[in-house]
Amino acid sequence: MSAASQGLVRFPVWRARLVLATLAAGFALLGARALYLQALETEFLQGKGDARYSRLIEVPATRGRIVDRRGDALAISTPVKSIWAIPGDVTLSAAQHRKLAALLGLDTRELQKRLDESARDFVYLKRQVSPDTADAIGALGLKGIYQHREFRRYYPGGELTAHLVGFTGVDDAGQEGVELAFQSHLAGTPGTRRVLKDRLGHVVEDVESIRSAQDGHDLVLSIDGKLQSLAFGALQAAVDQHRAKAGALIVVDARSGEVLALVNVPSFNPNNRARLTGAQLRNRVITDLFEPGSTLKPFTIAAALESGAATPATVVDTAPGTLTLARHTIRDVHPAGAMSVAQILQKSSNVGAAKLALGLPPESLWRLYHGVGFGQPPQLEFPGAAGGKLRHYRSWRPIEQATMAYGHGISVSLAQLAHAYTVFARDGELVPLTLVKRGVQVGGEKVISPDTARAVRSMLELAVQPGGTGPRARIMGWRVAGKTGTAHKPDHGGYAADKYVSSFVGLAPASAPRLVVAVMIDEPLGQYYGGAVAAPVFAQVMQGALRMLEVAHDAPLEPLAVPGEGEEAKENT
Amino acid sequence: MAKLNLLLLAVLVACALGLVTSQHRARKLFSDLERELNRARELDIERGQLQLEASTWGLSQRVERIAASTLGMRAPDPRRVRLVAPSR
Repeated sequence: MSAASQGLVRFPVWRARLVLATLAAGFALLGARALYLQALETEFLQGKGDARYSRLIEVPATRGRIVDRRGDALAISTPVKSIWAIPGDVTLSAAQHRKLAALLGLDTRELQKRLDESARDFVYLKRQVSPDTADAIGALGLKGIYQHREFRRYYPGGELTAHLVGFTGVDDAGQEGVELAFQSHLAGTPGTRRVLKDRLGHVVEDVESIRSAQDGHDLVLSIDGKLQSLAFGALQAAVDQHRAKAGALIVVDARSGEVLALVNVPSFNPNNRARLTGAQLRNRVITDLFEPGSTLKPFTIAAALESGAATPATVVDTAPGTLTLARHTIRDVHPAGAMSVAQILQKSSNVGAAKLALGLPPESLWRLYHGVGFGQPPQLEFPGAAGGKLRHYRSWRPIEQATMAYGHGISVSLAQLAHAYTVFARDGELVPLTLVKRGVQVGGEKVISPDTARAVRSMLELAVQPGGTGPRARIMGWRVAGKTGTAHKPDHGGYAADKYVSSFVGLAPASAPRLVVAVMIDEPLGQYYGGAVAAPVFAQVMQGALRMLEVAHDAPLEPLAVPGEGEEAKENT
Repeated sequence: MAKLNLLLLAVLVACALGLVTSQHRARKLFSDLERELNRARELDIERGQLQLEASTWGLSQRVERIAASTLGMRAPDPRRVRLVAPSR
């Protein structure tokens, strides 16, 4: 044996193999574990990991603004903070408690009461506080008190535009008016996205956008804020002066069909709806119906002219000022004997209108009423737009045909009435109404011939001259055409003797009509003739509107003679 | 052989550092973006509030009241108003 061989210790071969096998087994184990974690358990582990730093956050979307045609805001959503607490986590010193109560505008006891409801994990201390207050509360750095952002809708127009714009509920969904009608256009859809957040809660990386937030679209209404304000002031003053129950007014641009002003009295403040009554909420322009009375006569006369049965000069014998049909008697306030068609409209003769209507086949009368939009809801984007009542001509009895001629036994909304008058303003075309800004002249649907429309228009001009029923509707500088209405209110199946609806519908300038204004005053006390109650409101609003729109004068600028007592005709429908 | 290995190691380290820096830069830019977006949102909100304020201060009723009472203004007599048609 050599020295080398002596130094070498020969291990058995199995030991080397054992080490090799152990190492191999170790690697195999690691490999298997890796495979297990990476391939089989990966979903669970990824989820655990994500839960530590990945967050889903909501991206808020704002509701669209509503603005008037000048771009002034009528409704805007702006964020406010809601303050909430986890009562179990709140520990307040007496001073902090007082300070918090003062900032929230709560009584200290009230605040304590809310915090004492420790059975609940979550309690609102106050909803919708202003951002300044919320910042001040945040600066106190109180434990267990949190805030989150909500949107609140503000209406700077207040009561002026309350009925038109409507309002939204707490959940930011439209409940009334335009807010409801254009809900899908205005509403935004909040989005969500996945982000990585660090230990301090900062977003460090955007992983994916699951759904992007869609802000609501803005809406430009056809309303003119200044005109709306003028109309509201004039209407409010008239309702107060005549101690009336309510009033309504609408201004329509005859060229584009745009509604420039739409007001209701009594109104309400949409920013504070705590004490709201049904009467305040009623929209008397679009959703309320009334029997229009004499303001319907121009359509009866248009039907007579259109059928060729009469011309403006045709003479109708209205003597003795009454007409009895099946036990019902129709009366005139001013019995006048033989009258021309133009005079029937000027003096608002019920007997004359009834006789003209009875001389026509029911179908042609119905066709005209239906053609100008009565008895069907106007194509107006407004919730609850009323269609009114117009019975089919097959079911008419002669007395109904006669009373309908002067606007009884038929019901319409004020918006429908103004809409119908656009046929006289546009030489026979009925223009579709809209609450959204169009800005362009639009074509209409031909209902009557231009000759008939012009003839009725000049008769309507006569009706506001001294000797007619509405001289108080005249304005300095522009020619006006229009018709008064004084209708008894339907009551318990008949008509109330002392309750009236006074109305006036007119257009100006008569030479090239631009605007149609319709006014309705519900149950005025004392004076009740449309010519005395509604016509002055019309004149005030029309004059202001024409001046605002810079419409050229078509009449000399001379002071108007105040009509004497005998000069003004009165009517009873 | 060893030289090549060292070279590769150096390249690897450089790449790794580069990745870290660019990742850091990306996060920084992202947080800047986030901040600017927030600012844009806040400005938009402020715009809404200012619009609200403008509409409230500019209510025709209020303007009319101030013009009539404080400034002693009144609507001119229609006879003294001349309408001028813009020449096109």
